[in-house]
Amino acid sequence: MRLKIGRLRQGLALMESLFLLMLVAAPWLAEARGQPFLLDLATRLAILAMAAASLNLILGIGGLVSFGHAAFLGIGAYAVAIPAWHALYGGGDWLASESGLFHLMLATLAGGLFALSTGLIALRTHGVHFLMITMAFGQMIFWLIASQETYGGDDGLTIDVRSTLPGFNLDDPIQMHMVAMAGLILALLVFLLVRVSPFGLALAGAQANAPRMRALGFPVFRLRLAAYVLAGILASWAGVLMANFTAYVSPAMTDWTRSGELMFMVILGGAGRILGPLVGAAVFVLLEEALSSLTPYWHLPFGLLLMAVALAQAGAFSGLIAGRPSSRKERHA
Amino acid sequence: MDAGLLAAQVVNGLQLGVLLFLVAAGLTLVFGILDFVNLAHGAWYMLGAFVSASLTAAIGIWPLAVLLTLPLAAATGWLAERLVARPLYGRSPLAQVLATFGLMLVIEALAMLVWGAEGRTVLLPAWLTGQLHLGSSIVLPVYRLVIIGTGLMVASGLFFLIHHTRFGMQVRAAAANRAMAEALGLDTTRLHAAIFALGATLAALAGALVAPITEASLAMGLEIIIIAFVVIIIGGLGSLKGAFVAALLIGMIDTFGRAYLDDIFRALMPLELAETAAPAVSAMSIYILMALVLAFRPQGLFPPRSRGGHP
Repeated sequence: MRLKIGRLRQGLALMESLFLLMLVAAPWLAEARGQPFLLDLATRLAILAMAAASLNLILGIGGLVSFGHAAFLGIGAYAVAIPAWHALYGGGDWLASESGLFHLMLATLAGGLFALSTGLIALRTHGVHFLMITMAFGQMIFWLIASQETYGGDDGLTIDVRSTLPGFNLDDPIQMHMVAMAGLILALLVFLLVRVSPFGLALAGAQANAPRMRALGFPVFRLRLAAYVLAGILASWAGVLMANFTAYVSPAMTDWTRSGELMFMVILGGAGRILGPLVGAAVFVLLEEALSSLTPYWHLPFGLLLMAVALAQAGAFSGLIAGRPSSRKERHA
Repeated sequence: MDAGLLAAQVVNGLQLGVLLFLVAAGLTLVFGILDFVNLAHGAWYMLGAFVSASLTAAIGIWPLAVLLTLPLAAATGWLAERLVARPLYGRSPLAQVLATFGLMLVIEALAMLVWGAEGRTVLLPAWLTGQLHLGSSIVLPVYRLVIIGTGLMVASGLFFLIHHTRFGMQVRAAAANRAMAEALGLDTTRLHAAIFALGATLAALAGALVAPITEASLAMGLEIIIIAFVVIIIGGLGSLKGAFVAALLIGMIDTFGRAYLDDIFRALMPLELAETAAPAVSAMSIYILMALVLAFRPQGLFPPRSRGGHP
């Protein structure tokens, strides 16, 4: 039985790797099939998978159930939209810029600071408490953005000029896809590096038994804070990509239901598995595409699926698909 | 400061506060006993608004429509407990939020099927639409006072129920130490269902009460749930008293922030900065309050004393 599960996992990992390759090759595949919208789908998938991978870093390795991750996407997206808007319409001298590197820097700064300040407060709690607090801070970003009439408020902002990157033209769908894939692969590499590093091992140890790790002298709080900030910055970068991809940003990007969708991707793919977010994002994007073309009520089957996944795997911290062995539930963190 | 405006803002703040309490009460009770997070709780707020709107349109008598909404909410709450919540008790919070997130999407989609994407307005009977004149400058809308009165009555009833009845004693026993309560012969399964149904009823009542002011809309449940979370985080997870204090506090701060922050900021800083900062701070005020409270008291203002029974 053990052997079979091992085989199953190997097969799954192989399929996931093939899928990643397919995603890289999406421009050619889309052209060969004569369906350019497939490329759009693949780019969106890559960006969502990148965001999910950053959530996987804290949720999968550290067991930190953050329900406000979409806020970082919004922060990154507006780190593109606001400077671009100023560059076009004037005002905000130091902010006005069309440079992609500046946008990334701003996203890093804003996302990192937001993660640091909210992490300092939220990480003092754990479990459900942590979940609710991250959710509330996420919604705070929603209302903050919605309150800024200058930048479109509730209606959002159209990005007229995409970020300029040296060597890349993001107006070209194929180059946009390449940059999005680079982002995804970067996030996956960071995840892998963290997971095998002493830092990641200590983080995973703190998930399994925080008091013991503290007794061993590990600064659990600081480790978690570092992971939280790292994940926040990565998600902000995904937001930068998302803004360039859709050329439109709005507070709705940071709605807590978006955070829920990211969590769904991580859980479905199996929390803690490196390519899990890819599978989760693929299932989500395909479901959304297929169901929402069939019916405006696509949340009905999607919600039922969510419930089925949760009820089926109730108790296990691992994913529906061959997750890692579940860790003990955190009660004394 | 204008006395009339001030009085009106106090009434608005109180009204928001009692409505928040009605929604948060169910959340905090369920959490106190079961360690269970119900993201779908806001759905009953939305359902209460829509069902009462439809019933008002059908029978024409608003108070009766609201009263008829309540048993429906209790029944659906009970059903949700049986089908979705019960298998998840004691499981990881992750499974709980995922399932109740799904439940919320399902209820919202069903509501969209039944009522459509547009909002529904609710017409109040004439005797509730008047104004109450106090002195020369203070004019208060009667209906908002009715909401406050109803909310406070229900809140006192709830406190009486929890602190002075046999049922309440069982609830408190289960919250303090579930294993012990079960060992003493308490049927916690029925208790859980009852608490869930009660919470759903209270949320639906809040939704039915607010609908004539804001109209019933699909998104209202999504919006209220986060504020209700902030309420119970500030009050202390599982504490009814904490939820009450925090709900009124948040109602007041949110209302006053929206009403006065603009003027205060304009007096303190250059106009251009004030125009950006005032709406930002007033939009974030309750979350800033939450951050401040948590910075000093990570467990909230009134954390329940005993949380045994969950080894």
